Order: sequence, then C-alpha cells, then structure tokens
Amino acid sequence: MPDGAGKRASRHTPDAKTEAAAPLAHGPGAGDVWVFVEQHDGVAAEVSLELLGRARELADRLGVRVGAVLLGAGAAAKALAPALVAHGADVVYVALHEDLADYLAMQYATVVAGLIRRHRPQIVLYGATTTGRDLAPRVASTLRTGLTADCTDLRIGDLERKGVVTKDLLYQVRPAFGGNIIATIVTPAHLPQMATVREGVMVMPEADERRSGTIVDVAVRRGATGASSRRADDDAIVLPASDFAVRVVRRLREKKTVGLKGASVVVAGGAGVGSRDGFALVEQLAETLGGVVGASRAAVDAGWIDAEHQVGQTGVTVRPKLYVACGISGSVQHRAGMDQSARILAINRDPDAPIFSVAHYGIVGDLHKVIPMLIKAYRTRGAVGAASAAQGGA
Amino acid sequence: MSDQPDSPRPLRLIVLVKQVPDTANVTGDAMKEDGTIDRAALPAVFNPEDLNALEEALKLKDRHGGRVTVITMGPPAAVAVLRESLYRGADEVILLTDKAFAGADTLATSYALAQAIKKVGAFDLVLCGRQAIDGDTAQVGPQTAEKLGVPEITCVSRIDEVVLGAREGRRDDTAASGTARGRVVATRSVEDGFETLDSALPALLTITAEANEPRPPSVKLVMVYKHIAAEALPEYDDSYLDPDAEEAQVCMLDHAGRPVCRAKVVQWDHAAIGAERELVGLRGSPTRVKEIESVVLAQSEARMVAADETAIAELVHELIEEHILA
Repeated sequence: MPDGAGKRASRHTPDAKTEAAAPLAHGPGAGDVWVFVEQHDGVAAEVSLELLGRARELADRLGVRVGAVLLGAGAAAKALAPALVAHGADVVYVALHEDLADYLAMQYATVVAGLIRRHRPQIVLYGATTTGRDLAPRVASTLRTGLTADCTDLRIGDLERKGVVTKDLLYQVRPAFGGNIIATIVTPAHLPQMATVREGVMVMPEADERRSGTIVDVAVRRGATGASSRRADDDAIVLPASDFAVRVVRRLREKKTVGLKGASVVVAGGAGVGSRDGFALVEQLAETLGGVVGASRAAVDAGWIDAEHQVGQTGVTVRPKLYVACGISGSVQHRAGMDQSARILAINRDPDAPIFSVAHYGIVGDLHKVIPMLIKAYRTRGAVGAASAAQGGA
Repeated sequence: MSDQPDSPRPLRLIVLVKQVPDTANVTGDAMKEDGTIDRAALPAVFNPEDLNALEEALKLKDRHGGRVTVITMGPPAAVAVLRESLYRGADEVILLTDKAFAGADTLATSYALAQAIKKVGAFDLVLCGRQAIDGDTAQVGPQTAEKLGVPEITCVSRIDEVVLGAREGRRDDTAASGTARGRVVATRSVEDGFETLDSALPALLTITAEANEPRPPSVKLVMVYKHIAAEALPEYDDSYLDPDAEEAQVCMLDHAGRPVCRAKVVQWDHAAIGAERELVGLRGSPTRVKEIESVVLAQSEARMVAADETAIAELVHELIEEHILA
C-alpha cells in the first residue's frame, strides 16, 4: 500500500470491539463525502446533481461535509461551482487546466486520485455514465480501494464480522446476475469507499441559492517528461507525460431526441410486437398520448428500434406517470428500469406473463387490436366519460 | 497467418474472456418455487461481449498478421471458453486457475490478469468485452489497464485503424514509451454521441456488442481442438509463442488416436504469474458482499381490463380523470 488512500487505521486495533468510520484525521476535509461532477461545456450531468442530493443525506448522517470535485477548463466550467453548492456541496474543489477541457481517462484519474490522497474523503461517488465508469475503476485501481458499479441505492449502516462491528459503512446496493439478485456491497477496510451510481434513481435535490460553501482552486500543471514529482515551491497536481498517450480525434455529439428519462408517458414495445412494422403501432400510441417510445432488450436486439430507446438494466431507468408495456414479457432486467413508474399498463397475449405482476392495469389480448382501441379511446377522451371530459374544459 | 507486406511486424494481441452464467436467458428450469433464481442451474456461456473482443482481435490478425493469445481466469471448467476461442482462430490460450483466486472482486481480478499479461510479454493491444453479464461492472478493463500502466479506450464500437511502428516492444513498455510501437484509432459510444480517440500502443480496449458479429467456430478447428484439456505449465516457454516453431503447430495423438495439441493450453496458478498471495482472490478484494437478496416475482396485483372498446374507454377516461394522462 504505497501512498494510496489506505486501509482503515483502526482495523488493526485488537481491543476495539467497535470501529469508528473515518478514522483518518489528515487535516480539513478528511472523512468527507465526495461527488465527482461530470460536466460538458459548463453544464453538469444530471446524475452528478442527483448524487449531491444523496451525498448530502449521507454526510448529514455521518456529521461530515459534502465535497464536489469539478474538473474542466475555462470560465464556463468554473461558473458551475455555485450551482453545486446550491445542490448540496459544502466545498467545491475546482481544477481548471487546458488539458482537462474534455474528459480523458488518464489525466482525470491523476487529478481525482491526487485530490483523494490529499484530502482523504471516506466516500467518493461517480455517476454510472460512460465517463464515470471509465474514470472510477482507474482511480480505484490507482488507490487500491474498492469500487461498486452501477448502484441503485446507497445507505449508511454497520457491518458485523467475526464479532467485530464496523460502524457507519457505506452500503452499496446494486442489482447483479442480470437483475435477478440485489446485492449489498461494503468496503470494510479500505478508504475511500467508492461507487458509481445509476442515473435517474436518486431524487434530484431542489437548488437552494441561499446555501453557502467554499470554493477551493486546485492547481494543475504538466510535468516534465517521465517525471511525476512535485516541485518544492508549489502544491500543484502534476500530470505526468505518460498521461498524454491518448488524444481526441473528434467528438460527435448527437442531440439525443429520445428523452426517455424525463418523459411523463412511456409506451414501450417488446418481443410480442413481432416486427418493425408492428413497432409503428407502438410509436403511434406514444405519439397520440404525448409520450416517448421505449423498448425492451428483445426488441432492440431484433433490430426493430435503436438501442437508445432501451429501458431496463442495461438501458435507461424511467419513472413516468404512465408506462405502457406492449408485448413485453417483463424480465427482471426490464422491470429494473421501469417498476418505479407511477402507473403501469401491461398489454400481453400471455395471461401468465411476469409483467402483469408489476402492472397496475392488465389487458390480456393481441396488442395489434388493443393499441388501436386505446388510440381511439384517447382521441375521444374516453367516450364513456365524454360529458365529464367536456366539463373539465381545456 | 502470414504477415501482410505493409505490416512492419506481426501484431501481438491479448484477449481477456470470461465464462459466465447465462443471465440473459433465464428459463423456467432456473426458477425456484419461491420465484427466485437458482444460479447454479444457469448454463455457463462465453460472455457475449468477450466474443466481440475476440472477433476484433481475429480481424486485426487477418489484416496485419500476428498472434492472438486468449486469457481467462476461472475454475478448471472455464477451459470451455478457451476451447471456443481456439475453434474461432486463437493461437494460444491461458487458463488462470487456482483456489487462491476464488472470491476475487474486480480489483483482485485485474491484478491477476495484469500479472499474467506481463508474463506473456510485450503486447500491442489487450482487448476485452466492455462488461460481463453476471456482474455488469465494466471495471476489469480499466483496472487492468491501470495495473499495466497503459491507456484504455472503453466502450469501443469500432476500431478505425491500427498503425504499427517498426519497434518491437519490450516487456516494460508503458504509455511513456511514446508512439514508437504504433497507434490505434478507435471510436467509442457515449451517451450523447461518439468520440474517436487516438492512443499510443500498447493500449487496452473494451469492446461492445455493436462492434461486430462474431464469427462462428470453424469446423476444421473444432476437429483439431475438441479434445484439448488444460495442462499445467508453470514455466511459460516462449518457444510456444514463436509462430515458426514447429512444436506450436503440431498436434499429437493421444492413446485413443485423438489429436491433442499439447502446446496450446497453458494453465497458471498465482505463483506462476508471480502474484502476491495477499493481492489475489478474496484476500486481495477490498469489497465484500454483505448480503444478497433474490428478486422475488411479486404476486399479481394488476387490475385486469377486458380487451374490448368499452372497458378500454373506461380505463382511458379514468387515467385522464386522475391526471395520469393529459
């Protein structure tokens, strides 16, 4: 264990029946709860703000501060700091450098690991995005600490092992085995405890502009070739020359038009839709209801619809007001992404389809007949209730 | 297998694969009475995206010439995925198996894999699937890259180009060695589009299912390799790596007259890869599973609606009344 964040200091105290968390007292900031904030062009990823909300709860429970780690270049990135405070951060560590303008694994890992070594937080959270899932493992490997992927819940709790209780560990809850099990993972003897967290499962906190926080500027500079040593006269984090093995050729940002995450109505199709043409019917219902088209993995694998529509374990997690599942059998993987919807309407030919066990309303029948009936019923605002619909006005 | 004229030297490719329970196709057989999954009843399969990684390696070998080495860590039965790799065209396969590896989390796994890769020697590219379907962590790739001191490009949906430098690598090559070995250009899928990155070799890439359609096993290679078994070779013999060495290509016949390719499956334990006992398996794993809860299929509580116009109109009306629908 060279200069990693290290094992819990109290682990080797034989007399201790109870171990305290955050035993490392290394100046201000030790034991805090951190969030790595992902930003593109000065806009924070939603999941980062969601994580600040949960970090706030965890930190309050532990009696420590919330730290936000913000990397980037230029004024737009720095201008984000006050918003991070408003969403729950007490301290924002801002590392601005031209080499950090866009995410690159090695440079970002050097800076994040460097900050962790310096300030010794007890928990570090990352969004389970392509960036978070690229960066966090690299940081965990550098620091030789634990990392749990794609968590759906985080709590504080104790662990009893061989009669010894470790207090206030981070319970990292995640589905595994394709969503067939839910595992609670802990990192009992290493710090920091790190996790990536799925987008959309934590509730976005309300921004509170009255909150106050500290903004800490972090100096970063390029090192001389082959050197990663610090100069005596500054406390900058040094990017060694070996971090510059990768360069960006181009970034093609496509405006995502799907917008599944924020949709209030999602109409999703699965294997039972039967064909690409059948999917047009699903799309038509979505359009009629003012909703967004979703899909199960089976429909995506069949090539009827693009992967960015996929809901579930390996797709997007949604919680709309209404989720209409058309011809979706309801595998555990799929349900992991939609079972928090306020209302679920399932249409399936098979009365024993597992989807009915999470649905609020079930229609057993051929979706090619049922969907047109739904479209018609909506267009007439539910014919049986025409009077009250008229009464309701606009 | 001969080198293309425009390739200054053969590529050295390493593919990391994993045998996993088939979580994507949970059938009734694996469902217990209480509605939970009997994990032991799930069939073992080649992790799907690792097949995509193998396919990328084989395509590069087809184009540039070179050698594909496949490594897996697992119980002795995991030799099945190595055999599958040979059927598709891998040149040599290595099984890391040892009770000491049991219970490894991603950190301990990546340490063992990196030790094995270092023992194989200089390489241009390590390829692996983006994630395995049992854990879906996607962590072993980046962590192995960090342990090797090389850059990673994750979620690669396309390898655009590999440009080989003339210099043969050394075992201690790192990213700091510059681009003398060559470069790889690869495109990764991210949430809001694509990015194309250019990395110095050696590097590690994690490959997604979008990248390709894996080739099926070759009937000819199946005939050659189907009886192959793992064999403990604690001292790695580099002569097996030399494509010109006769021994590497020769299949011997066993007592029943079946071909056995002696030099083809290498089996290593933690001592063979020079791994510290404290850093592998459960002992080397910072994370612990505190508890596991099976997801139980809840009893049906859906209100059933008849598939006729009247009942559906009533349902829609109710949803509008409750402001579920606008």
